[in-house]
Formats: sequence, structure tokens, C-alpha cells
Amino acid sequence: MILLVNICKEIFHELEFVRPIKDILMSRGIKFKIVHYKELKKIDIDNAKRIIICGTSIKDNNFLKNMKSFSWITGCNKPILGICGGMQIIGMSFRNTHLEKKKQIGMYGVDFEKEFFGLQGRVEVYELHSRYIIPNLKDFEIFAVKQCPQAIKHKTMPYYGVLFHPEVRNKTIIEEFCRL
Amino acid sequence: MKLCILFSGGKDSTYAAYLAKKHNHKLACLISIISENKDSFMFHTPSIELAKIQAAAMNLPIILQKTKGEKEIELKDLEKAIKIAKQKYKIQGIVTGAVASVYQASRIQKICDKLKLECFNPLWQKDQNEILEDLIKNKFNIIITQVAAYPLDKSWLGRKIDNTFIKEIKILSEKYKINPAGEGGEFESLVLNCPLFKRKLNIINKKIYGEGNSWKMEVDVE
Repeated sequence: MILLVNICKEIFHELEFVRPIKDILMSRGIKFKIVHYKELKKIDIDNAKRIIICGTSIKDNNFLKNMKSFSWITGCNKPILGICGGMQIIGMSFRNTHLEKKKQIGMYGVDFEKEFFGLQGRVEVYELHSRYIIPNLKDFEIFAVKQCPQAIKHKTMPYYGVLFHPEVRNKTIIEEFCRL
Repeated sequence: MKLCILFSGGKDSTYAAYLAKKHNHKLACLISIISENKDSFMFHTPSIELAKIQAAAMNLPIILQKTKGEKEIELKDLEKAIKIAKQKYKIQGIVTGAVASVYQASRIQKICDKLKLECFNPLWQKDQNEILEDLIKNKFNIIITQVAAYPLDKSWLGRKIDNTFIKEIKILSEKYKINPAGEGGEFESLVLNCPLFKRKLNIINKKIYGEGNSWKMEVDVE
């Protein structure tokens, strides 16, 4: 079972940021459960094989005020994919990661220097964010940069993050993550 | 939250408005962009009269913004209309019927960001067949008013979106690679009734013109 963690402040935004990922899983016959981060229980994490932390709207940074709700991440050690806000959460769960402001909206060509879930070289991605993280390089490896880090992986734990929204033009990332 | 709907009178923007209301948001007003450019990538242009009548049926105020439809100028005109909505109706966000067009969605996101408004795209990335099925399930009465792709022809004008329509359009979409929900402009639709309408609209007059696989039906409703 894949746990989809919803970080949207507005329930209406779930249709835009969680439902598209749910639809990808459903169309591939993958079992899932959606839980809002404020209602997440230990049993939800224990029962999950993999976890996807979905993104939210460009104006919604509420989750950053509630980082305590994500204290489970560092000890989880199950594959986690953080999308946009989810990548910020994964990064900020580790010391010496910095949160910076930068807006990117629309399609961008991003160069993947190393293979990342099947993506390599120039890839067109859909961006929608007002913040990004500079991860600490002791813990994280950066796979792609376009004005700011776009794809990261933890060096020892199966934690991944993408700043862009793979559910729009790069669904293979989600499919490949589900195959881990 | 007080929300404004970017409204074309077709199925997607009306369904997006319905979903906003279903999520307990207050529909404060509609905005319709009346473009002189019939090939605009941004806007499906409704007729002014139809949009006004649909707004009246929903008991909602409507802001009608004319634009020449030139690429970046039409965005300025949209921004102007959204500013009016913000000032006059104190809206906190915009709702669009964007499904797959990143061109359309990202431009509206940028305007909302500039004006410090939330942007909601409840149909974003949704399966096109599923949208059609949802519309039927939720008792939307929608007809086809324009076709612009082979093998769609004059006979499709005025057809209701129902289960038979879905079956046929699915077959054609598989065979001819047309989008089953008309996202690529293959067809345009008009909502005559839905749960947001206080009364259903009746067609009292229609004019059909076109040729080959490009046909349009202009209607008068009451």
C-alpha cells in the first residue's frame, strides 16, 4: 500500500494536488491510502510500503509552520517521495537545509546530470512553487538544478524529492518510485 | 472562501464552479472573456448574451471583459477583469476549468500570484472520460455547439452529452486520437442546465453554419 500524504490547507486543493497522483496509482492498480498530515497516525506509516508527500498550492506554505508533524520522517526508512512542498518537508527534516524564496510557474527545461527515476538529460517539467530548499550536501545528493535544486536523494535513506510536479508531465517518476 | 469563476459557459468551467460550491465555497461572481480572436489558446469565447443568461440562471453577477485576443494583451485584459472582481466582490480566489493545458493554467496561476489570490483548478489532470461521466452523474444538461475535428461533422451539433455520446466519442478518440472531452478544441459545449442553475435554459432559435468538419451552432436561449 502506498500512503499519500496530503499537505493542502484547503480541502478544495486536494482535487488539484492529491487526486492526480491517486489517479495515476489507481490506473496502475496500485493500492493506496490518502491521509492529511495533521491526521497521520503511526499505524498509517507502519502499514505503508512507500510514502508520497504530495504538493500544494503556491500560496499555501502552512505545512512549514507544522514541521513537528513530520518528525516521523527521519526514522521512517521506507521509500518516501516528496513533491514540491513534500520535497521541502523532506529537506527541512534534516539539519542544515535552508529554505529560500523563489517563484517558478510553468514549463521549464531541467537538465538531469544523473539518472533519476528514468529521467536523464534535458527534461521538460511543470513548476509551481514559491519556495525551494538548499539541502545539506552531507545528507543529500542533487540530481538536477534549474535556478535551484530540482531533484534530490538522501545518500543513505530511500528519500527522494522533486520540486516540480511529476503528475503533470513526468508521470514515470511516480510509476518508477512505486516499483522501488 | 469567496471565489470567482473563469466562466466560458461550457462544461468544464461550469463543472469547476459546481465543485467549488460543493466544497462549501461561496461563488461571488463569474468572469467571461469575450475574445475577438476565435483561435485564442487562452479562452473559449462564449457569446455575451448566453453568458449573461447563464449567470442570471445561477443568480450570480458576471463581469464581461472584451479582448482583441492578441497573445499577451488578452492576459492583461484577464488581469483587469480579475482586479475588478477582487475590488467589487472581495474575492479571495479564482476557479478555472483547466484540465490539461499548462499554457492556460500557468498563465492564470501567474496572474493570481501577482494579485495575491488563490487559484483552484479542480479538474486538473483529470481523466477526460471521467469528467464526461461525472457530468452525467451530476445531472448536467450539456449540448455540443461547435465541432472542429475529423470525423466530427454537422450531425454532432446540438447533441446532448449522455451515455451514448460518451460511447461514440470514446470510439472516435481511440480511432482518430481526438480528445474525448474536446480539450484540444475538437468540440465546444454549452450548459443548458445543472445543479447550479435555478432554472433550465431553453433553445428558442438556432443558426447552423460551417463546412466539412468545422461547424458551429449559434443559439438563442431563454
